[in-house]
Amino acid sequence: MMWQNIMSALVTTLLAWASSASAQPVSTEQNAQRFEAAEEFEGGEEAVARFVDYNGKLLLTNAVSAVDGASGGGISNWATIAGRQETRGIGVQANVTTLFLPDYFYQSHGLAVGIADRLELSYARQNFDTQDVGAALGIGQGYKLNQDVLGAKVRLFGELVYGEPLIPQVALGLQYKRNLDGAVVEAVGAVDDDGVDFTVSATKLFLSHSVLVNTTARLTKANQNGLLGFGSTADDDYSLQFEGALVYQLSRRFVVGGEYRTKPDNLKLGEGDWFDLFAAYAPTRNITLTAAYADLGSIATFEDQRGAFVQTQLAF
Amino acid sequence: MFLAAFLPIMLMQQAPADDIDWDKEFGVEEVERDPVTGELPVEPYVQANANAGATPFAGDTMAARFGGQNGIRQIANRFVDLNFSDPRIRTIFAAHDEVRFRRTIFEQFCYILNAGCNYSGRDMESSHSGLGTRKADLNALVENLQQAMREEGVPFAAQNRFLAKLAPMSADVIDR
Repeated sequence: MMWQNIMSALVTTLLAWASSASAQPVSTEQNAQRFEAAEEFEGGEEAVARFVDYNGKLLLTNAVSAVDGASGGGISNWATIAGRQETRGIGVQANVTTLFLPDYFYQSHGLAVGIADRLELSYARQNFDTQDVGAALGIGQGYKLNQDVLGAKVRLFGELVYGEPLIPQVALGLQYKRNLDGAVVEAVGAVDDDGVDFTVSATKLFLSHSVLVNTTARLTKANQNGLLGFGSTADDDYSLQFEGALVYQLSRRFVVGGEYRTKPDNLKLGEGDWFDLFAAYAPTRNITLTAAYADLGSIATFEDQRGAFVQTQLAF
Repeated sequence: MFLAAFLPIMLMQQAPADDIDWDKEFGVEEVERDPVTGELPVEPYVQANANAGATPFAGDTMAARFGGQNGIRQIANRFVDLNFSDPRIRTIFAAHDEVRFRRTIFEQFCYILNAGCNYSGRDMESSHSGLGTRKADLNALVENLQQAMREEGVPFAAQNRFLAKLAPMSADVIDR
């Protein structure tokens, strides 16, 4: 009993310390009441252990993974923070994404860490197989363009699900993209093989309509997301681009939606906007499967790149 | 050394009589449940429907989606059962008067769904004050409510419309 009390006091102290950053820390007296209450019924001791924080976002509210590794839709960045943690934990989210296009094959994998539903740090590796196009462009049959993307996103204010119905969750993000094929992207006319994107996103789940809306503004120089480098000798300025998503919740586990993303055409190769229609399903708390029909327009003069987007995501 | 000093004093103590009412000696008053309602007494407060924390739906569509008062009572009871047995959050509920909670949560749901009830409970801020509720706990509670509504056959869109009434209360519910 004495040990229990000492442990209770220890845990209480730890909890008080952990919550000292939040606005209304619970008093040790209140915690003590809860411990006493917990001991009164069956399994009380086990329940005391449960005062340890646990990760428990509502299903799908960690969103899926955008191709650049951030939490979002498949092609757009959202204000959501990756991982299943809420305001008091650390969560992780990993994804493998493939995109089958008429003339290309795209594959990426990424890992994102969410801290206290406040900060997201992400990494993604993108591999873009040029298949026959590589031979046609003279860079080699099946030449693969590769890129690393390091991202950071911070939630400024607002809540995706709770809080004021008309105030969205708003986040600022930046992404450092490093293309690993500098010689190729310079040959196609890009100025740099690395660059930084800046994003501001607002996302809200309008529960009364079961609809999630996302809008993102992005400052970028990237050509085809950076896979064809950054800027061009003709146009090396940042441009403001837009990303939008509209999602309908059919059930807790199943949502359908569409996304739109505008892109600059610095290289004057006919680069156009991206568009997709997707369905995401969460068979368990930790798994999200996403399938989409994606229209990526013209890529390196090869037009009508429409195909299937498939993503498997694990989150904890 | 202390033991040596105190041992004679301890040995000189007389054993207390067997028939002492220690509760009375220490001024402990036993709280008794109301014989009619089965509820524990609470500190007085001003009763008002505004305490429910949301304005009710207009019309009777939502009440019908929830199966009227009978359906809402089933959902409220199931919701209470799930919360009191949920290992994630049952410790928050353990110190609560389950009988009273069962009644007031039904009244709150019934009032907001415009199914013909008045809410007689306390407001959201004072009724959740000091519970130490975290956002993850609120999510667990929402999942339990979703399960209760799902089992009662409430369409998902109607579930969300109801949750939209409750979601803005989060600031009063989350402590830390």
